[in-house]
Amino acid sequence: MEDTQAERGISRRTVELTVACLFLLLSVVAFYDNYTRGAGWASDGPQSGYFPARLAVIMFLGSAFTFVVALRAKPEIFVTYEQLVRISKVLIPLIIFTIGIDWFGIYLSSALFLAIFMVWLGEFSVARSCVSAVAFVVATFLIFEIWFQVPLPKGPVEALLGL
Amino acid sequence: MENLNDLLNGFYVALSFKNIGFMIIGVLLGIVVGVLPGLGGPNGVAILLPLTFGMEPVSAIILLTSLYWGALFGGAITSILFNIPGEAWSVATTFDGYPMAQQGRAAEALTLAFTASFIGALAGVILITFVAPLVASFALKFGPAEYFAVFFLTFCSFIGLGKDKRSKILVSLCIGFLLAAVGLDSVSGDLRMTFDNPQLLRGFDFLVVVIGLFGVSEILVTMEEGLAFKGKKAAIDLKVVLKTWASLPKYWLTLIRSSLVGLWMGVTPGGAIAASFMGYGLAKRFSPNGDKFGTGETEGVLAPETSAHAAGTAALLPMLALGIPGSATAAVLLGGLLIWGLQPGPLLFVEQKSFVWGLIASMYLGNIVGLIIVLATVPLFAAILRIPFSVVAPIILIICAIGAYTVRNSGFDIWEMVIFGIIGYIFKKLDYPIAPLVLAIVLGDRTESSFRQAILGYEGSLSVFWSNGLVGSLMVIALLLLFWPIVTEQIAALRRRRASASSAS
Repeated sequence: MEDTQAERGISRRTVELTVACLFLLLSVVAFYDNYTRGAGWASDGPQSGYFPARLAVIMFLGSAFTFVVALRAKPEIFVTYEQLVRISKVLIPLIIFTIGIDWFGIYLSSALFLAIFMVWLGEFSVARSCVSAVAFVVATFLIFEIWFQVPLPKGPVEALLGL
Repeated sequence: MENLNDLLNGFYVALSFKNIGFMIIGVLLGIVVGVLPGLGGPNGVAILLPLTFGMEPVSAIILLTSLYWGALFGGAITSILFNIPGEAWSVATTFDGYPMAQQGRAAEALTLAFTASFIGALAGVILITFVAPLVASFALKFGPAEYFAVFFLTFCSFIGLGKDKRSKILVSLCIGFLLAAVGLDSVSGDLRMTFDNPQLLRGFDFLVVVIGLFGVSEILVTMEEGLAFKGKKAAIDLKVVLKTWASLPKYWLTLIRSSLVGLWMGVTPGGAIAASFMGYGLAKRFSPNGDKFGTGETEGVLAPETSAHAAGTAALLPMLALGIPGSATAAVLLGGLLIWGLQPGPLLFVEQKSFVWGLIASMYLGNIVGLIIVLATVPLFAAILRIPFSVVAPIILIICAIGAYTVRNSGFDIWEMVIFGIIGYIFKKLDYPIAPLVLAIVLGDRTESSFRQAILGYEGSLSVFWSNGLVGSLMVIALLLLFWPIVTEQIAALRRRRASASSAS
């Protein structure tokens, strides 16, 4: 971890190298899968692995080059810890929201997501946040279920309301 | 004059109440999408696309292209009033647009930007009207080898002309291709790269990928910067508009130059982003007021906006005529055509005449409608940006999640979107370009099948790509573009040597 002036964070070089390694790994996995399935020439033409296997090789070379270039990169900050905290403030609720969709359906989890976000980060009053969230969810319901007739994932609450 | 006749028929298709209505809705939604961070042209179209599956194709594409025009207009609003480019292609507009707004000339700057956009788009549509049918009829002679060569050319020019690190563009393209290959291979019936995972069996849907890469990642980036919008106020009255319009004719050269740059960058997959910077750079170099650029110069707003729109519009030309999109948004639209059961490419001009010309006519109308709407509603949309980010961010994320879900009615796709959002964030921070990935994931299957068909006839020998003049020259151009940076370097070195030799003698 580099320590430049006051700002502390994850080094760009570290991330760059990690990502290049992941891409190298990905290309190896892709190559392995396509090669074992058959990347050559069958009696009826090219096998299904022919094209992807070759692309995996190209990707390996490209990632290897990126890796080498990144080795010589100047030390820079990829993201400061302060920024990382700010990002997680939206990313973690987003992940919880996504889990919530499986359990409660999209409407309830959307309302909770919006209301909690407004109260927590926007410092709105609880009443105002809840009213906005409910209004938004009702509008979403009308637009998607009624107007476009696209069913969205529902949970126990909708079942209770008989929707 | 067969084109004009077809175009008139197209107007007949486009000028129904229903389609004009879709145009207005599309433009309005587009401006919202262009104004808000995290909802750009490509993912706005991607979110709306599943809702249009049941619509008539002409109406659907009019709605979606109008959204695209709206997004192009909307990007300028945030650039000028808030110094925040709503879209990457309006970054160059901030250079002179925001200083103008600071000087209290916001209304003038906005009028300039919208009018310039309109002129650029018009140039693009005129190009499409007259050139697309020619390209299409030429492309009717293409076999699989020629098609692969054209695809190859597209990808090569991405790498050769791209602004990012070339190895990263290459990797981004490869990832796109590999993602496109995941799932059932329709030719052999094999399951590819699924690793016995039932979710991977269905493959990756490009719409979900687009929503994650463009939408979710943008919210993360915005959040990281800890945004507080502080904007200038603007209301446009008719007097300012007319006064600004009256001043335009003296900038005709800038407008024409920027349009041409934009058209070129749009047809080749350079895209609107590169075009806007090039338009700005050229105007700065050739304008008598070049040294004042950056302080609120009229031409500094006109040039990038004209180029960006000309490019954004011209990007639809190769999509319609060849089935090869010139930009990420065009790629998403192309995916839409496939879903509606239309095969983009030269045959479209033969088999789906009324669709194609209806679309082209709607481009003229959509831009006129867009210009009027955007001039009238600027204060409204500027107000949207004053809504705190803590309200906007969750709403955008919820809309993205709904968009991802509706593609295939699959909850797993929402997870996919979140994952691609994180990937997109890392890509953006590390300067891996996203557009090549999107292009590759959309074109992957078709590129592969034309490649397979081409080499099939030649027993697997790659010599098929040099088997006739047409495919051979396409491949040569492609390789030339791929190694373009090296070529230009050599030319420059040669010139320098010549110059030093002549000065020595």
